[in-house]
Amino acid sequence: MLTKRIIPCLDIKNGRTVKGVNFVNLIDAGDPVILAKQYAELGADELVFLDISATLEGRKTMLEMVLKVAEQVNIPFTVGGGISTIADVTALLNCGADKVSINSSAIKRPELINELSGKFGSQCVVVAIDAKRIDGQWMVHLAGGTIPTELNLFEWAKEVEKRGAGEILFTSMNNDGTKAGFANEALAKLSSTLNIPIIASGGAGTVQHFIDTFTIGKSDAALAASVFHFGEIAIMDLKTQLRENKIPIRL
Amino acid sequence: MKVIIIDYGAGNIKSIQFAFKRLGVDAVLSNDLNEIRTADKIIFPGVGAASAAMNMLEESGLDKIIPTLKQPVLGICLGMQLMCNSSEEGNTRGLGIFNVAVKRFSNALKVPQMGWNTISSLKSDLFKGIKENEFMYLVHSFYAEKCMEGIASTDYGIEYAAALQKNNFYGVQFHPEKSGIIGSRILQNFLNL
Repeated sequence: MLTKRIIPCLDIKNGRTVKGVNFVNLIDAGDPVILAKQYAELGADELVFLDISATLEGRKTMLEMVLKVAEQVNIPFTVGGGISTIADVTALLNCGADKVSINSSAIKRPELINELSGKFGSQCVVVAIDAKRIDGQWMVHLAGGTIPTELNLFEWAKEVEKRGAGEILFTSMNNDGTKAGFANEALAKLSSTLNIPIIASGGAGTVQHFIDTFTIGKSDAALAASVFHFGEIAIMDLKTQLRENKIPIRL
Repeated sequence: MKVIIIDYGAGNIKSIQFAFKRLGVDAVLSNDLNEIRTADKIIFPGVGAASAAMNMLEESGLDKIIPTLKQPVLGICLGMQLMCNSSEEGNTRGLGIFNVAVKRFSNALKVPQMGWNTISSLKSDLFKGIKENEFMYLVHSFYAEKCMEGIASTDYGIEYAAALQKNNFYGVQFHPEKSGIIGSRILQNFLNL
């Protein structure tokens, strides 16, 4: 049986992890390669690296990091942040990334999804969607969730699927950072109206939140950052408890 | 030992190369027919669309060479699918090494299947020392049907062939290079064949 995936997300700036990471027994908590290796050993099913470097120099460093991660880590990983051309994707895949995640660039030019899935296959195209519920309507936001658009989450998600995305990473801005649980109602609607996997993001705080997003939210995978980085939830404990709750999990 | 990864422009080859490097083996990329013929072990990778990949094989003449190889050959993911008779993906003719058709998953399921699933009914030396129901990483929309040449199966709505073998030809639908320690043991087993 296909299992639900647990995905730690690492924010990267100029080749280093940002936000604090508070792992015991780590020589260098800012080194994404060491962290990635550790997460793979601790039972993470996949990893996401989000490049938040704003400079060209930072982007080059990112490619070097991707190469090192691919060299040392034996689970799949996705790279996102600032990807807007076929050349960007070619460079990342050539360095060993398994998938890329695009967000604002897909909203600005939706044909990019067709181009990428046509050239590299749907399996490596993740479309990230940041949305916020405003007056009962889920509206898509740009640029890390700061700029509202006219796009409705469910309509945009449908279009993204039709254009060849292999997966959707949905972040609810209402839930992100709250540690109060995932946006399960919207997730369940996405999951039942679309035919591609949905990754839940934003709101993870407790083990119960993960149980809920896989049962109530019908999510295929759950992504989180700080609860893992600060050791608030240990991945193995989480996965053991998920399995005790009859959720298919790789242990 | 000379390990060659067939380079025909399809797929994420870097991860495969790194997986062998972690096993202490330098796997070399090549599209040189002579070099391929004289290698000890051959990896036939592939990610993306079947018809485009098959076109690239035909252009380079590899479609004629691969079925004649005598040393162990391991097809991974699309590589395995192209070794079958045909694929529903773009109605593509395959290399016909495995006598089985490749079909698309039902729309009642999420397609692609993406993530970790178990392999069972393990039958070949490729799985020497590997327990039943270990998890492998899979990403695919098309699958090879259960058949005589099946050496492992996976269940995703339907039970299908997760791995195939005929003589010196092996194929795996999953990505051993991305499947943690167990995946690398399978690659080591292939090197030991």
